This record gives sequence, structure tokens and C-alpha cells, in this order.
Amino acid sequence: MPLLILRRLGNTVPTIVAVVLVIFTLFSVIPGSFTSAGDDGRVLDAQVAERMRKELGLDDPLHVRFGSYVANLVQGDLGTSFRTREPVTKVIAQRLWPSLKLTIAAMGFAILVGVPLGFIAALRPGSLIDMASMVVAISGLSLPKFWLGLMLMYLFALTLGWLPSFGYGDGGLRHLILPAVALGVSPMALLARTTRAGVLDVLNADFVRTARSKGMSEYRVVRWHVVRNALVLVLTTIGLQFGSLMGQAVVVEKLFSWPGLGSLLVDSVFQRDIPTVQGSILVIVLFFLAINTLVDIAYVIIDPRIRYG
Amino acid sequence: MSAPPLLEVENLRIDLLGDDRRHAAVEGVSFRIGRGETFGLVGESGCGKSITALSIMGLLRHPLAIGGGAIRLEGQEIQSLPPGQIRRLRGSRIAMIFQEPMTALNPLSPVGRQIAEMFVLHQGAGWSEAGDRAVEALRQVRVPSPERRVKDYPHQLSGGMRQRVMIAIALACGPDLLVADEPTTALDVTVQAEIVDLMRELCAANGTAILMISHDLGLVANICRRVAVMYAGRVVEEQAADAIFRQPQHPYTQGLVASLPLLGGRAAHGRRRLAEIAGTVPAISAYPAGCRFNPRCDRATDVCRVEDPAATPLGDGGLVRCHHHG
Repeated sequence: MPLLILRRLGNTVPTIVAVVLVIFTLFSVIPGSFTSAGDDGRVLDAQVAERMRKELGLDDPLHVRFGSYVANLVQGDLGTSFRTREPVTKVIAQRLWPSLKLTIAAMGFAILVGVPLGFIAALRPGSLIDMASMVVAISGLSLPKFWLGLMLMYLFALTLGWLPSFGYGDGGLRHLILPAVALGVSPMALLARTTRAGVLDVLNADFVRTARSKGMSEYRVVRWHVVRNALVLVLTTIGLQFGSLMGQAVVVEKLFSWPGLGSLLVDSVFQRDIPTVQGSILVIVLFFLAINTLVDIAYVIIDPRIRYG
Repeated sequence: MSAPPLLEVENLRIDLLGDDRRHAAVEGVSFRIGRGETFGLVGESGCGKSITALSIMGLLRHPLAIGGGAIRLEGQEIQSLPPGQIRRLRGSRIAMIFQEPMTALNPLSPVGRQIAEMFVLHQGAGWSEAGDRAVEALRQVRVPSPERRVKDYPHQLSGGMRQRVMIAIALACGPDLLVADEPTTALDVTVQAEIVDLMRELCAANGTAILMISHDLGLVANICRRVAVMYAGRVVEEQAADAIFRQPQHPYTQGLVASLPLLGGRAAHGRRRLAEIAGTVPAISAYPAGCRFNPRCDRATDVCRVEDPAATPLGDGGLVRCHHHG
């Protein structure tokens, strides 16, 4: 088991290398730079711009910049933000916890609602609850996040006045609910659908027929033989969704003025604050890899065939 | 009046429910199995033998449903019992083993636990007691070092071992009837005989009757006292096993017997093509009028194409369903 985890972690190394390469080249070849980006209408004096470019090392050849980037990276230094002149690690550290909180809350919502919904739908196929839950699932997948977020704001904040409409507040639960739901609806819908399909699949399996032939009640058939098998199928979706959620949060964070990595990323892109952009993307990718590694480990715990395979 | 037989299937009809109409997948099937008796049900794929078995277990699922007739266990009709009551019969009085031992066991559950469930379900045992008894059950089906094997998962066992586990599960609560649906078809030939012998021996020791379902007439005739041959949803012939080999009455049965390879046949008669029955089994929705075998039968006449033959009783309580039998 520890060996397997180690091997799994080793597998992520090439991915990380590839990601670093792509991030770096991508932001080196796109047009525009910190000194020219002016969506706020500022115009820099040519001399000032020239001095800043020198200071920030923007005029160095590509391989020199890549070399120093990697050299810093392996020491845990993500560079200095062009904008705030603070270390990127510090900027990101401030944003990481709100981001994690939002992602975990959204995924928690998706799992707690989506998985039971899919389960119930699969156990009563064709029933009213099945059709209702699939309508919810389709809508959840097709509604754009920003529209859904606006509607939630309008209903629960403006009309009903139950919850604050935006912002981080004191970091408490009340501010978390609306953005978490807005972010969690689409993974919830996807989970409901995959759970339903997975459970239906398992219910048709031969070993479920065996279980019935043993004289088990349907409840026990599901408890003893269906849940665990269906979980293996659902786990993949949970992992993929969870991992990509931090990246998906960009829109929702912007909409709710949530001080997470997503809104940091958007702001930094507009201002061509390349070190911050690169750092944020790297952290989001690392989060994705970490979640997927955890899911792989969970597989090994649930499914004995993998342990010995 | 004598005591009712252990299992009596009378005029059973199983419907395949379509959107607007129903087709009889199985029709007019009747047979009886006495206590401790071995009874064989033989036919090609799609003739309705497996769904007949599932209907006895009360395990038919939509779109299949019992459309008429009766299934009686010691005189008590079970096909109309409420689900809760037939469930209590399953596993405890009627048990079943299936064709595919690979998929018939839960891949994520140790085999010992899957056996132990039987004791928990039907005899109110606690899990630890049930676990001990599962070891015993594995020993009974002659799995080597059962104390270790109970912790194994199905994928760690060979096909033959898995089928032994299935037998252990089926016989765990000492059922009166074991329904075996092609129990050896998926196994290596060398293992088949072991499994059949094991089944027969354990059932004989416990007085368990066997309903053996197979496409293999030779296998069934070997271990069963009586044999019914099914074709296209009907029983076309039923006789004692030895009689069906010596004097098959129905042209279809005759074809089946003729298509069996004879050990040493090549030495005795020279190289010869095995006999075969031309054509294939018709689809449920396309059963021909008259006798269902008539399109494939070389003895078919006009009456066969129009009139469904009635069951003609044979001497020993058997029957044949053919206008030109013999």
C-alpha cells in the first residue's frame, strides 16, 4: 500500500513538468505585457515602461527567463507579483484557504444532494421522483453558472433577504452558501446522472440476481451488494469534478467577489501579472493532481481487485 | 390421495410483455419433481428453460411475467404469494446456482461473507457464528484450506472454485430443491465432472431435489432420473432418462440424441459427420402456426402446419407432443 501510493505520486511528476512547460511558454508568447496592458486606461511614459521592463527582466531572452523561473520554482519560489511586489507564494497563500473552502463546500453540496438523488432515481426508474431528479440534473448541467449565481443572489439575497448577496464577510457559513451552491450545481447534476446510471448498471448485474435468489429483501440487496459496487463508478466522477472545481470557480468567485484563486487569476490575467497567473494555475493543477491521487488511493481501499492487480 | 409432489409446475405460461401486446415465451409447461428426485430440463438457447427456472424462484423481471398456470411447492401455490413470503422460500427451501460463476458472485465481497449471509438471513445467526459456519460450508464443497479461502475475493478463485462457492451458498440452508441453471457450461471440461459429482453427492446426502437445466442432453440424462425436452417455449417430450435415450419419441428429441457424439464412434463406424438439426429456434414473436417444430421437421405434414399437437401420454407418466411421434 505505501509503495503503491509512492508509485502513484511518482506518476504525477511528468504531468507537473509538462504543466510547468506549458504555463511558461504560453504566457511568454501571448501578446501584451505588464507594461502595455492598459484595460484601466493608464498610459505609461515610454521611459518608465523601459525601466520597469528592465527591472522585471521582461527583456531577457526566453531561455534565461525559463532557467531562472525553474530555478526559483524548485526552491518553492513562484516569483514576485508585478502588481503588488509581494512574493507570489504569499499572494496565493492568502487566497488558497477561501478557494479551498468554496471548492470543498461546493463538492460537499454536490455529493450530499447528487448521489442520493441518483440513487433514489435508479431504485425507482420511470417514477415521478426519477423524472423530477433527471430534470434537475439536466437543468443543472445546462444552466450557465453566472446566470444561476445571479438568480440565487436575486432570490435569496435581494428578494428574501436571507443571505448576503456577495463578499467573503467574516468567512462564515452565511457568505459561503450561495457561491457554493452556484458552483456545486453542475457537479451535483453530473453526479446524480452518473450515480443513477451506475446503480442501474449494478442492479442488472448477475451477482444482484444471486443476492435476490438468496432471499434477501431489496433493501439488503442494495445495502450489502449494490452500494459499494456503485460507489466505484461514482468515485471517478467525484474525483474529476472535485479536481477541476477550483478552476471552474473562476466565474463564481468573480461574480460573488470571493477572494479566491479564481478571481486572483482573472485579475492577474487582465493586468498581465504573469508570475501570479503562472503561480495560480500551477496551484490549481497541483490541487487537481492531489485529488486524483487521493481518488486512486480510495479505489485501492474499496476494490480488492486493484490491490492485487 | 398421495402426498403432493415437492414441486409441481402446471400449465405454466410466461409472457414477454411488449408495448402493445404480449407474447407467450413459455406456454403449457407442466412437470412434477418428487422429494429428492433429479429432474432435467433440456433445450437449445432461447427455448424458455432458464426463464422457467427463474419463474420458480420468483425472480422474473420486467418485461417477463407469469401469465398463467400454477407453481406449487408441496401443494402450496407459490407464484401468487406476496413478495415478502416468496422471498422467505428463496434460499431456504428453493435455492439456485447460475451459469456464470465469475459474475454471479459480488466482486467486492469476500466469498466467506457471501456464504455467511445465508445463515444471517434465514437462521438468524450473528455474523461471527455465520462466519464460522461459512468455513464449514466451504469444507463441505471441498475447497482446500477453507479457513484461508473465506477471506478471498471471487477474482482470486478459479472458475471451478467459484462454482463450489455458489454450491456452498445454495446448499447452506439445506433447501428442498436446488435449481441449477447450466451450472457447468462456463467451466473447463475437466472441472465439469467434479462439479456435477459434488452437486449430486451433496444433494443426495441432504435429500435435496435437483432441477437441472442444460442444453447438454448427455449430461442431464446422466444425472437425472427424468428428463423434459423443451422447444420454443413448450415441453415437447418428457420421459425417464434412459427411455429418452433408447426410444426418443419426438423428432426434435431424436435429432438431439442423434447429434450427440458417441465415444469411440469413429473407431466403430468410421469417420462420419455428426448429425445436426437444420434451421434455428424461431424468435418468440415469430412462433409458427401449428406445431412449433414443423419448419425444421422432416416428418412435417399439412396437419403439423395447422394444428398444435396435443400432449400424448406415454407409458411411464411421460408425454410427447407430436402428430407423428414414435
